[in-house]
Amino acid sequence: MATETLTSSEYIRHHLTNLTYGKLPGGDWGIAQNAEQAKEMGFWAINLDTMGMSILLGVVFLALFSSVARSVRQGVPSGLQNFVELMVEFVENSVRGSFNGRNPLVAPLALTIFTWIFLMNLVDLVPVDWIPHLAIALGVPFFRAVPSTDPNITFGMSLDVFAMVVFYSIKVKGLGGFLGELSFQPFGKIGLPANLFLEGVNLISKPVSLALRLFGNMYAGEMIFILIAIMFGAGIGIGVFGGVLQWAWAVFHVLIVTLQAFIFMTLTIVYLDMAHQEHH
Amino acid sequence: MNINATLIGQSITFFLFVWFCMKFIWPPIVQALDARKKQIADGLAAGERGRQELELATRRATSDLHEAKQKASEIIAQAEKRSSQIVDEAKDTARAEADRIIAAAQASVAQEVVRAREALRVHVAELAVAGAERILRREVDAKVHADLLTAIQNEL
Repeated sequence: MATETLTSSEYIRHHLTNLTYGKLPGGDWGIAQNAEQAKEMGFWAINLDTMGMSILLGVVFLALFSSVARSVRQGVPSGLQNFVELMVEFVENSVRGSFNGRNPLVAPLALTIFTWIFLMNLVDLVPVDWIPHLAIALGVPFFRAVPSTDPNITFGMSLDVFAMVVFYSIKVKGLGGFLGELSFQPFGKIGLPANLFLEGVNLISKPVSLALRLFGNMYAGEMIFILIAIMFGAGIGIGVFGGVLQWAWAVFHVLIVTLQAFIFMTLTIVYLDMAHQEHH
Repeated sequence: MNINATLIGQSITFFLFVWFCMKFIWPPIVQALDARKKQIADGLAAGERGRQELELATRRATSDLHEAKQKASEIIAQAEKRSSQIVDEAKDTARAEADRIIAAAQASVAQEVVRAREALRVHVAELAVAGAERILRREVDAKVHADLLTAIQNEL
């Protein structure tokens, strides 16, 4: 809701500002009071809101699943166990479908990625003002509730995936094999610089595309929610129309939320599969 | 929108969560799923085996029934044959017995006839002798003419 004291751009800016903790201009450590201060904090600052939400949702996921894992029964499953088993089987099938190596890490990794990203994306369906307003009521100036609209979060995850890809490439093929793959493909030994360039771009594009795809989709989705929310302040007619739009976009967004989580998971599996495959 | 240490925080958190999931969540659930899968497969196999056994037993029962029926009808046929045989035998025996009785009767009749004839013969001889005596009056000595008399007797 754009209140009278806020212009639309201020409203949007408020919604897109993280709750950043870092070194303030004065030299003290504290929470940035506006976007400019947050920017000045440089690298050594932390977004308390997205980080906190991300950890919270991760813990929710782990608690939910481990409660089932602890009491898992062989007999007829019920309720939560049913759901968890459904997820596990879904992920297991995805991994079996696209991962040909043998690595006990991949399936749990895929499950974690899918469920965690799904939960992080799902926060996007909470009306955009609820959580920030609740935060303001609690005395917190900014709160971006959707962790996957923060590139730090998406890059944090994709860089981990990248690290695993590199690690397993070297582990499976050896350092020589990994470097050889970078240097001697696709043009053979003569085209070494071109190979290095192409394969390098290929390699780097994996984490970048993973992170940016998720970030871009969720950021755009949130942006549209925010823009729709602005309509609520513009009279009853437009407000009602905005309500309809928000509902429609939310329905559509459910698809995006699931799809992005699924894409991130599937691409991770595929990248790790490629890392495990030996080229001759 | 700034890249900052959240990146590192998220990386570390991510690794920890994946590790936790790999250590404590994935194995027990997958194990339970596999165990259940095996249980279901075993159950299905057992069901299939039971079905086959039932089919086999049904087939065996049918064949047994069939065999029993055949045997029974065989026995009945045999009994019928035997009974008619007994009846025939009885008839034969009866006929033989009747023949024997008839034969015996005839024999005894014949015997009676012979005896009667013998008696008659004697009688007639005596009568003849008596007649002759009467006719001849003492001219015929019984002792002298015994041979003659016997011969006459035999001719009768």
